[in-house]
Amino acid sequence: MKKTIALVGNPNCGKSTLFNILTGSNQYVGNWPGVTVEKKLGQVRRNKTELTVVDLPGIYSLATSTLEEVVTREYIESAEVDLIVNIVDASNLERNLFLTLQLMEIGKPMIVALNMMDVLRAHGDSLDVAHLSQHLGIPMIEIVASKNQGIDDLISAMEEDHEPVRFIPLYRPKIMRLIEKIEKELRIEVSPKLHAIRFLEEGLSATLGHDKGPVDLTALNLMVDESLKDEDLDRDMIASDEKYRFITDLSAHVLKRNETDVKTLTHKIDAFVTHRILAFPIFFGVMWIVFMLAFGPFGAFLKTYFEYFIHVIIIQNIASLLIAIGVSPWVYGLVVDGILGGIGSVLSFLPEITILFVVLSILEDTGYMARAAFIMDRVLRRFGLSGKSFIPMIIGFGCTVPALMATRTLENEKDRRLTMMIIPFMSCSARFPIYAVFAAALFTDNQALAVYSMYILGIAVAILSGIFLKRFVTKGSSSNFIMELPEYHRPTLRNLFLHTWDKVKGFVVKAGTVLLLASVVIYLMGTYTFTLQPALNQVDSIIGSIGTFIAPIFTPLGFGDWRSSIALLVGFVAKEAVVSTLGVLHGVGGNAAHNTAALVEPIRAAYTPLSGFAFMTFTLLYLPCIAAFSTLKREMNSWKWTFIAVGYQTSIAYLLALLIYQGGKLMGF
Amino acid sequence: MTLKELRPGQKGIIERLGKQSSLRKRIIDMGLTIGTEIKVIKLAPLGDPIEIKVRGYQLSLRQNEASEIFVRLSE
Repeated sequence: MKKTIALVGNPNCGKSTLFNILTGSNQYVGNWPGVTVEKKLGQVRRNKTELTVVDLPGIYSLATSTLEEVVTREYIESAEVDLIVNIVDASNLERNLFLTLQLMEIGKPMIVALNMMDVLRAHGDSLDVAHLSQHLGIPMIEIVASKNQGIDDLISAMEEDHEPVRFIPLYRPKIMRLIEKIEKELRIEVSPKLHAIRFLEEGLSATLGHDKGPVDLTALNLMVDESLKDEDLDRDMIASDEKYRFITDLSAHVLKRNETDVKTLTHKIDAFVTHRILAFPIFFGVMWIVFMLAFGPFGAFLKTYFEYFIHVIIIQNIASLLIAIGVSPWVYGLVVDGILGGIGSVLSFLPEITILFVVLSILEDTGYMARAAFIMDRVLRRFGLSGKSFIPMIIGFGCTVPALMATRTLENEKDRRLTMMIIPFMSCSARFPIYAVFAAALFTDNQALAVYSMYILGIAVAILSGIFLKRFVTKGSSSNFIMELPEYHRPTLRNLFLHTWDKVKGFVVKAGTVLLLASVVIYLMGTYTFTLQPALNQVDSIIGSIGTFIAPIFTPLGFGDWRSSIALLVGFVAKEAVVSTLGVLHGVGGNAAHNTAALVEPIRAAYTPLSGFAFMTFTLLYLPCIAAFSTLKREMNSWKWTFIAVGYQTSIAYLLALLIYQGGKLMGF
Repeated sequence: MTLKELRPGQKGIIERLGKQSSLRKRIIDMGLTIGTEIKVIKLAPLGDPIEIKVRGYQLSLRQNEASEIFVRLSE
């Protein structure tokens, strides 16, 4: 027997914990067609049954105002779903039951998994589960997902056959009469009540799942408007309001609340974490720890060994193997320098990315992320962002790739897109060597200041871009900020592992595929001439020729020599490569990144402090590296927006460098 | 009075939702229906957004949304 089961529930109800327990490592992550909402599938195998479990995004309502809600609603109503498993956070019963009532109206077989019964008891509350189950007419299984309790019972219940849920006439008589009237007019055979209620709520925009045939919907719509004209609430809010009324009554019968105001753990933690004065120091402390773990000594240590592992153990052995079997130099170069070199340079970010995701996962799972958004919202709103944009932006100082991936915590698609567009302005660690070399050569007395100014400039550009893009490009006030502050939870190891594994796997596999192609192309362009002959010098290669050709574009910016252009083109592979390329082209060797001193003289000869500053500015802001570019494409899920983003970044880089150079010249620098 | 005018620690009962709010439907779906009691827990360190307790859970919303939620003081 086979069955497809949809897991549906509010955010923070323990849904992914349950999904991870049910399916273990037996899961597959993809996207819903056409949107960036994640689709997770997993298998539960036991005895004769094969259950496919689909983890749907956490939602509060089946209204269609967010992408997650649209995706969820369409999917649950599709014929593919045999059974709905609704996870209800028993410690937050009323709001969770609202979604339950909406799900029940779909009229499919459904069971409720009552999660967090332990939290409910810890609050001193008690719930009459039998009564609740009986009242709603659906089976309820008590579970504690975080402690692996009740899972067997739940799986057994999932295997059984269930009747479709019957409709509960919970609306007041006037509304019930109206619903019946609409139902009669619409004459829809499949879930007639659901569609009638939906028409009541959404009017002509409701999807009714049939061709509208002979029914005069416009007239019907006017009739509904007419009969509701005395109501205080808008038409789309009436059904929700009635559901909550029903829930309030129901909960008074089944839930005994402990009225003494117990100070829960959440209360105690929040007393510090969102404290008027302590909140910010704690927040910056947390950020500092995150940063130090990933990019500090610990991360650097792992990175060094990992790089050693990749380069010395893997790449060199493959290289020896290739030589041993006697491949042509052409193949050797392509495989070792092109493919392995390119992929190796991206994989070397893996330790940092893994640490970041472990830490971010902890922050997210415990509930701290919501508090960070709560305290930062005021600051970021001014720049057209939301409180949740801050953490991804901070991560951007380390590496743009995980920063872009971290924007997944932003529910709002527009906020997310905007955040992704400005993250590359946060100067990532790979750009630091460029500033270091130029500052050492051109700003001997103010080296630190010159380097800092780049970071500050990046932040300033990000902020101004937020304001500008919000108004003219991504448009619209997306900034709703109605956010739950969930109870703090201890993160489970299983979740932590699976979340991190998901993201790391995604990075390696997907960024890797685009990257493989790009590494090959760029390698070939850097080694061969336009006539497909091996280039003796990098200048003669395709990249070299293009660099020489486009060099005049940068003349107004003060760095129109061909070496700068080639370095910038190569910088698309990895920003660190800007320095090493300059080293090669200036004849001091490619190890310049590790030996700044060698490049000091050539740079002094080639740049004035002003043109050098313009060059630094340009490298700060232009096109992100390939790894970031392919991640951007994947996270945006749109070529159009990816090109808008990098086009915008490169234009800003050009304009600002131009302004600095020409302005500086006018002022006599 | 509106939710915005409630001070931390004060409770109010929702009387109506203003027409200006772009999020009326969302607010209702989160359980802030007419007649529901809400308690202001605290303001964010910079004064906005605010944290409230409603139907047994904590929710944060911005001041401009709070100013469209009309309440009467309870207790």
